[in-house]
Amino acid sequence: MEMVATREAFGKTLVELGSENERIVVLSGDLEDSTRAEYFKKEFPERFFNLGIAEQDIIGTAAGMSMDGLIPFACSFAVFITNRPYDTLRVSVCYNNANVKVIGTHGGITVGPDGATAQCLEDIAITRVLPNIKVVYPVDAVETKKAVRAVAEFEGPVYMRLGRTPYPVITVESDPFIIGKSNMMRDGKDVTMIACGLMVSESLKAAEILAGEGVGARVINMHTIKPIDKEAIIKAAGETGAVVTAEEHQINGGLGGAVSEVLAMNAPVPVEMVAVMDTFGESGEPEELLIKYHLTANDIAAAARRTISRKKS
Amino acid sequence: MGSNVDYGKLKEMAKEFRKEILETIFEAGSGHPGGSLSSIDILIALYFYRMRHDPKNPAWPDRDRFIMSKGHASPAMYVTLAESGYFPKEELKTFRKQGGRLQGHVHCGVPGVEFCTGSLGQGLSVANGMALGARVLKKDFKVFCLLGDGEIQEGQIWEAAMTAGHHRLNNVCAILDYNGVQENGPVNSIKNEEPQAARWRDFGWHTIEIDGHDFKQIVGALDESDTVADKPVMIIAHTIKGRGVSFMEGQAKWHGKAPNKEQLEQALKELEHFGS
Repeated sequence: MEMVATREAFGKTLVELGSENERIVVLSGDLEDSTRAEYFKKEFPERFFNLGIAEQDIIGTAAGMSMDGLIPFACSFAVFITNRPYDTLRVSVCYNNANVKVIGTHGGITVGPDGATAQCLEDIAITRVLPNIKVVYPVDAVETKKAVRAVAEFEGPVYMRLGRTPYPVITVESDPFIIGKSNMMRDGKDVTMIACGLMVSESLKAAEILAGEGVGARVINMHTIKPIDKEAIIKAAGETGAVVTAEEHQINGGLGGAVSEVLAMNAPVPVEMVAVMDTFGESGEPEELLIKYHLTANDIAAAARRTISRKKS
Repeated sequence: MGSNVDYGKLKEMAKEFRKEILETIFEAGSGHPGGSLSSIDILIALYFYRMRHDPKNPAWPDRDRFIMSKGHASPAMYVTLAESGYFPKEELKTFRKQGGRLQGHVHCGVPGVEFCTGSLGQGLSVANGMALGARVLKKDFKVFCLLGDGEIQEGQIWEAAMTAGHHRLNNVCAILDYNGVQENGPVNSIKNEEPQAARWRDFGWHTIEIDGHDFKQIVGALDESDTVADKPVMIIAHTIKGRGVSFMEGQAKWHGKAPNKEQLEQALKELEHFGS
């Protein structure tokens, strides 16, 4: 399977957008080499601003630029661009409903050797509780190209999470991407796996494992965590009666929380969550960390068996 | 430039606007008189002398921008905008009231307000962003930003100070309301900010120090700021917290407290003689 980093697709699409729309400007916290915003910098130096290692200032400056009618993309590692300037994001961007696109690459534990301080595991939780902002997390490089365009076209604040490590390409150009509308990747009648990012491809592998046991699993690519696709979640609960969520994020407040909120209020069914269990990460290769922190297809399949066993007969 | 200014008119406004600020806070039952009374003369000079703006067309793309970074000085902001004609003066009675537009801290839902503020330390970055945006868009408007002296203890201010200095944003003019008193005491005893001007100069700014209650000096500083070609400008305005009301002047306890009826009447009486 082809493996491509979503940040790579982001950087290339940003250049395309830059040539199509002169209102696109890019701000960076001196990590444009890693976030791939440097492709834009090379093509449009007059619309690129490395504001140094100062994320509060980057988010505030982006808010100011948006007030001029520009479309600023504020880029850094997920851990720095959400956690460090949180109140600036809350007030200068979300309260003002500023048309700022916050791009956090290096989301999740698969950041790998850099260790816990660089592995962002709480960005989905802290961004999705803020009013006005949308939270998007594309599943692969092909989807990222569409997501970046959708995010630029949307009027209002958006947080987009991207990964460092290459993700398997599991979608095709013709698949739709609509903010807030999830995509079903596989259908099944016994359980639904609702996943985001790299955990979608792991869920597809888990569904294969379960198929060998005669269990049918639906797999949903929940590329937008806010607004969450309530309709698809409620439908899946009704049709399969059991849910597993899977994410490269803390267990508290992330995709699992967002899905459970919808289910608790609309269609209570057993839920199991595959996520990082309220702990920090550590250095290691992505594959090693996924195994240690129980974020593999085997872990998702095991969670599916547990949630199925909890169904009321 | 400064020679055509009707200083008598500005002084009359200084007196009347102060009364309206206190009446507005009294009516609300809460609010921030100290920093409103220290900054109101600066606002008057900006809105009635220097800034290019049109209250009939708040979204005019070529207007100069003003960011009230110290968002708790909302009474001064709202009185200035109402007096400029952005919205009816009667609306000042709705300040801090449920369902109204005049939120406790400066809110962008109010005509003439460019940006919601209230969490200190954020406005200078926003002003820089507007100014950098003006460069990208090849616009010649200027961005003014009023900062509090307690506010500049926030680290983001100094990130923004570096940005403006590095990019030589001569279309940014910040004004420091240096009244020397923050919520729990004297600024420089809580966290020393001296030498104030030298700090800004070290960050690449052109500094001008003035008496922030002397209109000739405020106008002179604004004129001078327009002649600086390659640096952002910081006007350090030495002011008095609660200026114009004897029992409020220099008092930290009047940072965020409304006067009662008796105190309001006393203040209004004193202000009858303000500036004379």
